[in-house]
Order: sequence, then structure tokens, then C-alpha cells
Amino acid sequence: MPRVGLFATCLMNLFRPTVGFAAARLLEDAGCTVEVPLAQSCCGQPGYNSGDFDAARALAKQLIAAFEGFDYVVGPSGSCMATLRHDYPKLFEDDPDWRPRAEALAARSHELLSFLTDVCGVTAVNAAYTGTVTYHDSCSSLRGLGVKAQPRLLLGSVDGLQLTEMQDAEVCCGFGGTFCVKYPEISGRMVDDKLANVAATGADTLLGGDLGCLMNMAGRLRRQGSTLKVFHTAEVLAGMATGGGIGDGEH
Amino acid sequence: MDVSSPRFKQKAVIALANPTLRQALGQSRKGFVNKRAELVAALPEFEALRDQARDVKNHVLENLDHYLERFDSAVTAAGGHVHWARDAEEARNIILGICERVQARTITKGKSMVSEEVNLNAALEARGYTVVETDLGEYIIQLAKEPPSHIIAPAIHKTKEQVSDLFEAAHGGPRKTTVADLVTEARLVLRDKYFKADVGITGGNYLVAETGSSIIVTNEGNGDLTQTLAKVHIVTSGIERIVPTLEDVSLFLRILARSATGQETETYTTLSTGPRRPGDVDGPEEFHVVLVDNGRSKMLGGKFQDMLRCIRCGACMNHCPVYGAVGGHAYGWVYPGPMGSVLTPLFVGLDATYDLPNACTLNGRCQSVCPVRIPLPELLRELRHQQHQRGISPPVQRRALGVWRFVAERPGLYQFANRLAARALKSLGGRDGRLRHLPFAGGWTALRDLPAPEGKTFLELWHARKA
Amino acid sequence: MPDSRSAILRQIRTALGRGPLSDSAAAALDARRPAHTRIAFDEDLVERFVARFESRSGTVARVSRLDAIPAAVDAYRQAHGLPPRAAVARPLAGLPWPAGFAHHPGPAGPDEQMSVTPCLAGIAEIGSLMLASGPDSPTTLNFVPDHHLIVLPAGHIVRHFEDAWTLLRALPGGLPRATNIISGPSRTGDVELTIQLGAHGPRSVHVLLVEDGPAAGG
Repeated sequence: MPRVGLFATCLMNLFRPTVGFAAARLLEDAGCTVEVPLAQSCCGQPGYNSGDFDAARALAKQLIAAFEGFDYVVGPSGSCMATLRHDYPKLFEDDPDWRPRAEALAARSHELLSFLTDVCGVTAVNAAYTGTVTYHDSCSSLRGLGVKAQPRLLLGSVDGLQLTEMQDAEVCCGFGGTFCVKYPEISGRMVDDKLANVAATGADTLLGGDLGCLMNMAGRLRRQGSTLKVFHTAEVLAGMATGGGIGDGEH
Repeated sequence: MDVSSPRFKQKAVIALANPTLRQALGQSRKGFVNKRAELVAALPEFEALRDQARDVKNHVLENLDHYLERFDSAVTAAGGHVHWARDAEEARNIILGICERVQARTITKGKSMVSEEVNLNAALEARGYTVVETDLGEYIIQLAKEPPSHIIAPAIHKTKEQVSDLFEAAHGGPRKTTVADLVTEARLVLRDKYFKADVGITGGNYLVAETGSSIIVTNEGNGDLTQTLAKVHIVTSGIERIVPTLEDVSLFLRILARSATGQETETYTTLSTGPRRPGDVDGPEEFHVVLVDNGRSKMLGGKFQDMLRCIRCGACMNHCPVYGAVGGHAYGWVYPGPMGSVLTPLFVGLDATYDLPNACTLNGRCQSVCPVRIPLPELLRELRHQQHQRGISPPVQRRALGVWRFVAERPGLYQFANRLAARALKSLGGRDGRLRHLPFAGGWTALRDLPAPEGKTFLELWHARKA
Repeated sequence: MPDSRSAILRQIRTALGRGPLSDSAAAALDARRPAHTRIAFDEDLVERFVARFESRSGTVARVSRLDAIPAAVDAYRQAHGLPPRAAVARPLAGLPWPAGFAHHPGPAGPDEQMSVTPCLAGIAEIGSLMLASGPDSPTTLNFVPDHHLIVLPAGHIVRHFEDAWTLLRALPGGLPRATNIISGPSRTGDVELTIQLGAHGPRSVHVLLVEDGPAAGG
């Protein structure tokens, strides 16, 4: 049985543990054992994207050391896992000691949904969800990791779920890490354009694979008074989308 | 062109509030993006062509000195002249010198971004020359006294009504209100100028080392009339525009129009090889190419060499959601959008351009459509790195990063802080499960609620269960 | 004080971390003959040319023989309400033009409304025409008048750009001053992205496709 180290991600760890439990259940159902190293923190992406490559390297070394004993590292986030897969080897390009370790880890690092389909061979899940769903392809998952068909394949197996594609599903929602707080007006326009496309589908639920995007969109929806439900895809696939969604009340 | 990039944020906010700009940008997005997507879907060879285009450009850059020398010889053999300009001032002086020698009065111009880059028009007008932009988009913004807002469609931000206003004021006569009448009026007015022009200045999409030809690719025919009817034809071109042979030209012709405007081909592709030949009854008597360096050679051999592959198609900005929200003027210089956010800091310096590499979500759509596969998000991140190294990033950000690093390097402390935050934010979020205000997070809460956490961290919950 | 050319070349070489290329390296570059991907299609060359050209508002009239050209030109000018005069490139002057039809070999001045020119080739790949400037083919005929008529023998339609370059290189004197690849009438999208024909070049480009004419290069 493959040993998976589950990467908690900052946003999931702090804001929405349900996603982590959903991820673990899906991985265990797929035949993996799941462990969650205690000594983990951030993957370093905020530093990397702010140009502080030293800080990013320091955190990368920490993560590599914490996870390199596992068969796979899996996280419920295209954003973080793209950092591990693509950016870690680049960060250590000129470091003869860490470069092989970074490359080895990168090769074993996966975003959750694509891991289930592409590595574990999962084609269906045992879950039900009554509702019409539309799907936001987060940029790092889509363009960074080529994740597009995999979530749709799994969602297609959920009993009762109807998927309607939105226009411009591949256009950025305006989160972009610190971008949304540094350039809030531009981010606001981008999220409003995205949410107009969501509304046009008539769906009652919005799903995606990255909590940054989902919190950005859910936060804007609630500010506008919308009650559209927002979940991480893993929650629906694991049958755990029964309580409040992101930005809703009592969980 | 003057640099107003330091005012990016203010200009962006103003642009966001402009409904005509929003309408214009929305329309252009639909046109360029959808048409390109259709053509790409219909061309199975497209990805292979992109790879080959990238490879040819890389090959040229690795051998740029050789191909520039070959081009120089070939132009000279065809009876033309090549001038080498190290910087903007030199480029202007070369062109002013030619205009003075031939006693020019009227100068027509086809679209040339390099000529904007070196501030050519202002220098020509200061010497008393009449300068007429003949590309319709450039003509419109010349009348409006505005800079271009897109490298392919410079007047993309103008509505038809605004163009009617400009033409009415500039040409006199009854106000034209349909697109057809506006274009006809421009055609008549500019036709006269072509025939009067002493000097015609165009850009050069490609410079062919094999034959000494400059190539322009246009839809309107203005570049052709500019160069054919004037006594002197001057081409202004960056040194990186060289391609080795005509076979390389066909490669680029297969991807340029599709990427730029979503057309299979533009109307006119013209190769100009030297001045008029014995027996020709029309054509310029002199043919000059001004090769402009202006910072390009410095990009070779370094982290930004890939940017020199750019063929100025505009696909990146057409697909950029930030450009799509704020338009081109906010970027403050000649080149907007993703390619402009890389080039402007490199050409005018990091100090004046803090926002350009940062006003980007690194979403990568630009790279996914770049016909020569420039890794734009990587280059933008590298510029952020240089800003960080030089201490240009804002002090608040540096302090916040410092705190974040300190805590994150200590997982025990990090998890402790998260446990505190989970409880505090949950309680602040109340029954609604969201926060409307949060100190230090005004950028978020101005427009969004912050969803409250579930109340405990994943790590503590997981390890409690396993215990 | 080094001249600008030397300074720029030196800067390039310094940035690339080397000196000037050796003679053998330069010779290898000069001998480079790239073979890039071409766009594959199996339509008949003539049909492809016509379809692509017409898709951009170009028009095509099929003519059986060269000496039927003047009648086709006359039919066109009547259909468009034009007077019986045109700039006609010298190679076509000897065709049987109708009495009363005034023609001159160019150049085209601002009052010219119609021109009739030959071309070097048609390019089926994109449905474009390649025209070479010369004493008998002034460039202004291709751009100044509102109406540009081009005589294209069917046998002069080649498959790809590369086939057209071969013809170009084979011209006596090599490349002409101006090589125009023309794909249809002039157009602009600069006002609200609305495509409008007849920006600065001709409003109408009409190909007279001669079905029984000489083969390309002959």
C-alpha cells in the first residue's frame, strides 16, 4: 500500500480542516495509507512569489526533509503542489546537495484529484450530492499541473450531481496570493467577472481545487449577499459536503 | 514616450471606473481571444510551429552578432544603408540626420513600437517636421494626443463616438458616425499625405539576414503606401528582429496573425529589399534600416534572454485578465500587458516600475498563448526577486515576510500561531461564519468577507483523532 | 571611440560570453537550410487558393484564356460603375483591350481608380498572391487604386510559402525591391474592432484566374 504524506497547506490547516479529512478518506479509499507529519508548515510559495528566494529555500528544505520518507506527497491544492513539483527543483538548481533531493520530492508530489485518477487509477467515488455544480479551474492546477479532466471525471461519478460548465472557466478568479490585497480593485473586477459567469450557469454550487480561489470567491459572494454554496471538490467527492460551505455559518 | 509607470495603481483605479474602456476591452477580448482559439483548434501543426519558432529565435539570439553582420552586408549589397543605434538618443539623431540631409518637410509613419520607444515623433516635431501617423489606430491616438494602449490595436480603448469627435474636430466638415464613413474619411485625408511625404518611416516585423529585406505585416496597406511613395524609406527595428532565411519567415508568418488578431493571415506581407532599381518607376530612392539596441544586447546571456524572442503579437495582453481589466495606459509606457511588465522595468529601470511585475496573479495564461513560448510568469517573478534584492519592495511587505519566515521556519511555533488564529477568527466570525472587518486585512475586507475558520486546525484535529 | 556597430557587436559577444565566431562556425550558419513544418492540406491547389482568398472578401473570376482578360476587366468595371480606364502593367498591355479603354503602364497617381497587374504566383496555403516589383510592375499599382485586378494563371498557383520563395530567388537580379504578398482587400479593425474594408489599400481585389495559361516559372 503506498504511503502518502498528506501536505496540510496553510489555508486548509487554518481555515478548513474538513478538506483535509476528505482528502484522507479519498486517499484511504483508493488504497493508500495516510500520514500527516506534525513538523510541517508552509511550502514557501508566498516568499517565492514575493521574490524572497532565500526564504523560499529555507522552507523548502524543511518540507523536503519532513516528507522525503514517503512514497508520495499529496496536497488538496494545485497552488502548493505546483510549487513542490516545478519550483523546488528551480530553487535548488545551483545546489548540488539539495537539487537531487528537490527533484526526487518533486517527482513524487501530486495535487490530490489528479493523484487519485492518474496514479491510483480511481475512476469513480462513492458519494452523492444533490445540486447543480459549476467548476472553477484554478490557474496553478490547470496550467501548472494540467489538471482539468480529472476532477470532472470524478464528479461525473457522484450520484445526483449535475455539472454545468461556466464561460471562461479557465480565466483567473483574481486571488493570486498577495495580489488580491495589494491590488484589491483589479482583483475585485476579476472576481466579479468570474462570479458573473458562475451566476450565468444557474448552478447552486461552486467547486474548485484550491482554497485560495474558493475563499476569494466565497468571500465576495457573501459580501454581495449571495447564498451560493462553495465547497472544495474533495468535500463533495468524500461525501462530506453536508454541512455549511465556505463562508457559511455553523459548520 | 514619457514613463508614467509609477502611477500604475492610480491609473488602474481610474481605468476600472471607466465604462467605455470596459466595453471596448470586453469586445476586443471576445474578438481576439475567440478567433485565435478557433484558428488554433483548426491547425494541428500549431504546437509544432510554436516549438520551432521558439527554437529559431533562440538560435538567432545565440548567434545575433553573425546574423546582424550578414543582414548589414545584404542590405548594403541591395543598395540600402544600415545604421546602428546604441540607444534612443542615437536612433533619433540618425533619423534626424537623414531627414535634414534630404530636406524633408512631411514625414509619414507606419506603426513602429520602436519609434515610440525612442521618442521619435517628439524629436521630429521639435525640429519642425510634419509627422503623420498613417496606421488608423495610431492616427486616432495622434489626434487624441494619447499614447497607444495596445501594441497591435493602439486605439482599442476608443469608442466609435470618441473617434467621430476627434475626426470632426481635426478634419472639419460634417460629422461621420458610421465605421465605414470614418474609415473612408481617414483614407481620403491620409491619401493626400502619402503623396506629399518626403520620408516614410515604418517598423520591421522581421529583418531577413539572407536577403537584406525588412518585412512589414499589416492589414491596412498604410505601411506600403508610406514606404513606396516617399523619397526615402527608413525602417526602425530592434536588433532582435533578425531571422536568418526566407524559410524562417514562413514559419513566423504561420503563427503571427493567428496569435495576434485571430486571422489566418494579415492582408499585406511586404518584403522591402533596398531602394528603387534602375528602370523602376516608383519606390523610394533611399532605403535605410536603423538597428536599435537600447538595452536589448544587455538582456543576452542573462535571466531575461527569453524575452528577446518576443514577436510583438499581443497575444499575451489579449489573454491577460489584469490587462483586460485596466487596459494599456495604466502600464505607463510603450509596452503594456505581460510583455510590457517584463520589458518596461528592463528598459526604464526597476525603480520607476515597482507595480508592473507585481500586478499579476502569475496565472500563466500569457505563457500558454505566447507563440514563442516565453516563460512570462517566471520572468516576472525574477523581476520581483531583483526588486527584493535591491530593497525596492515596500517596507511593510519586507517586515511581514520577515515575520512569516521566522514563524514558518519553526513548525511548532507556526502550528501554535495557527491554533490561536483559528480560535480567534472563528469567534470573531460569530454565527454567520464570516468577518466583515479585520485589522491589517483591509485589502481583503474592503471587497470581500473573510470566511471564518472551522475553529481548530487540521493538524491538531488529525493528531487528536489518531491519539 | 568605437563606432556604434562595433560597440553593439562587442556588447552582444560579451553578453554571450564569447568572441567573434570562427570562420568555420560562420560558414556552418551560412549553410543552414531549415525545413520547418508546413501546413498540410489535400485540397486541389486551385480550389484551396480560391476558397481561402474568397474567405477574406477577395473575388475571383475564371477566364479561359489570356486574351479573354480585357473582356473580363471590362465586365468588372461596368459592374462597379467605373470609367473605361486603368493602369495596366506593361506585360498585359498587348492584350486585345477594347477600343475606348484607356490604359497606361503606371505608376498609379492619386486619381487612379483601377489597376490590372500580373503576379508572380498564387500561394494556395493561405490564398494569397505574390507580386514582384520591377520596371514593368510598379508597386503603386498594387496599393493606390480602389480596385486592383490581378491576372493569375492557374498553373502559377504553388502550394506553400516555401515554393514561392523558390520562385523569388530564381528571378534574374534576385529579390525585387518590393515583394508584396496580398491576401485580399485592405481592411482595418481599429474602430471598435469592426472590420471595415478599404482602409488605405484597395477596397476590392479581383483575381482573374486564367485556366489555360503558362505554368509557374515558365
